[in-house]
Amino acid sequence: MEIKLQAVDYVILCVYFLFVIGIGWALRKYVKTGTDFFLSGRAIPAWVCGLAFISANLGAQEVIGMAASGAKYGIMTSHFYWVGAIPAMAFVGIFMMPFYYGSKARSVPEYLKLRYDEKTRGFNAISFAVMTVFSSGISMYALASLFKILLGWNFHFSIVLSAVIVLIYIFLGGLTSAIYNEVLQFFLIVLGLLPLVLLGLKDIGGWDQLVLKLNEVAIGNGYAAGTWTDSWAHTGSPANNPMGVEWFGVVMGLGFVLSFGYWCTDFLVVQRAMAANSMAAARRTPLIAAIPKMLFPALVILPGMIAIAMHVQSKGTFLPVENGQPNYNMAIFAMLGHYFPQGMLGLGLTALMASFMSGMAGNVTAFNTVWTYDIYQGYIRPGQSDKHYLTMGHIATVGGILLSVGCAYLATRFNNIMDFLQLVFAFVNAPLFATFMLGMFWRRATGHGAFFGLLSGTVAAALHHGLTLPKDCVVGIKGGWLGSMHTYPSEMAQNFWTAIFAWTTCFVITILISLATRANKTDEELKGLVYSLTPRIKDPDTPWYKQPAMLGLIVVGAAVVLNVIFW
Amino acid sequence: MNLDIRMPMGLMFLLIGAILTVFGLATNCDPIYAEHSLGYNVNLIWGLVIFAIGAILVFLARRATKAQAA
Repeated sequence: MEIKLQAVDYVILCVYFLFVIGIGWALRKYVKTGTDFFLSGRAIPAWVCGLAFISANLGAQEVIGMAASGAKYGIMTSHFYWVGAIPAMAFVGIFMMPFYYGSKARSVPEYLKLRYDEKTRGFNAISFAVMTVFSSGISMYALASLFKILLGWNFHFSIVLSAVIVLIYIFLGGLTSAIYNEVLQFFLIVLGLLPLVLLGLKDIGGWDQLVLKLNEVAIGNGYAAGTWTDSWAHTGSPANNPMGVEWFGVVMGLGFVLSFGYWCTDFLVVQRAMAANSMAAARRTPLIAAIPKMLFPALVILPGMIAIAMHVQSKGTFLPVENGQPNYNMAIFAMLGHYFPQGMLGLGLTALMASFMSGMAGNVTAFNTVWTYDIYQGYIRPGQSDKHYLTMGHIATVGGILLSVGCAYLATRFNNIMDFLQLVFAFVNAPLFATFMLGMFWRRATGHGAFFGLLSGTVAAALHHGLTLPKDCVVGIKGGWLGSMHTYPSEMAQNFWTAIFAWTTCFVITILISLATRANKTDEELKGLVYSLTPRIKDPDTPWYKQPAMLGLIVVGAAVVLNVIFW
Repeated sequence: MNLDIRMPMGLMFLLIGAILTVFGLATNCDPIYAEHSLGYNVNLIWGLVIFAIGAILVFLARRATKAQAA
């Protein structure tokens, strides 16, 4: 499959590059202190933070992956939004942001230091720093490989181009640059994908026709009609849906453990809220973000569903076919190539490029902050001037990008290592939310409890993975390397359950060890860090539609309604 | 915060909108383009939409600057 571009498409892409660099250039004079560079001077309005909050999460790989899942699994993919994002986003805004923002911690690991102790912070900071560098390297590799196939671009050229542009704008404008470009990306994604969905829907004859076509897809794959267009109706047994998951795994594994673990503790997203200009704005950030987030399935999942319907209608020619199976990862590109003429094609491509670059910039800004404040200031050179750390931040930006490029090249030669590392990160991340939840809502949780809880949660994740295997998979990276005690119907089901085991282990062990050890912080030290010791925020002057609890209720309510409509 | 993001963003969409609109007009008689998109001149239509969004963003940014100055 190849997409042919014309001059006009390249012009649009270049306009975007120029503005991105221009924004960095315009912001450079506002970056004077470490706070400006790492935290945008805590001066960003809520709506800007909110849009950045979801854009930072929506990298190009997610756009491509969500369309692929839409084609492969249908509307059940929306669980990653309506179950796996909205409740957690409401929770972090209403309950957790007062501690993140109020404690004046400059990063998520720093919160762990204030709340627990040095070793818990170190564990989190180091694993997070390594993880961000790797994930931006991997997405760089993925995109450069894709552009090579689709557009015939040179692999090295794609890597160098994206690295240099991201480097320039972060180096000049710091976190503000990253946030502004994420907002830009948000608009580009909406404007680039909306006409695609409209044309696709029109072509297939509207939603009702799409449902009929997708029924054919479902029956053709050996499932009941409606499997591609009902989000819950076929989750009674994993055998009834192509994801191979049951409702309990979706609710607990995805909706609770994985989702809260990501949205409530990942510094990549939390950093966007920490940059807000007030406590109220910080709390509203994830809640504002939740509104477009719950509508995004229409932009990123629906194109995949249309693509697979078109594939069936066209007797298997719409998507490229590999080994008798449609190549789902090409869904979004097949749609772009089919419905967009040159011109719009440039816009669609620019939107993908923007989501890729801002995803990468998000990783870089989170990395340079954690590196400078939590690792460099924490362990290498404490007690230096703000100017010193600002310089370090600039160096860390260059270093982080160089390391990412290194990882991208590593991925070209050792794909297995990359898969392995991603697996290890998944183990480290799975139990995290238990540590934060106990930290924020149980004042008795101690540093030793947290650290060893996290460690045992990670080990539990690894053990569970080593002892189970998804159906039709070989022993190795997919699991079973300690002997297969249980077979899951799908990889996704295994992931959900790995998370559930890890979280539960961390939760129980943290409580047990905390009860057995002495509290390492006084109540006075924990003020502003733990729920029961922090005065409630009261602002009776805020209108109801700006109050976090009210906004939270509205977004969660809306998500429930969406789940019911597409049940 | 000293730079209103709506200004550069608005300018960018004005420019991209203009490029698409002009390209759409220039290729209006060439059926190859509309063939893709169910017969619509999508470059022209969506170019105008993007241009309008750019204009709104610039307008909002200017209004905010004026309100600040006043």
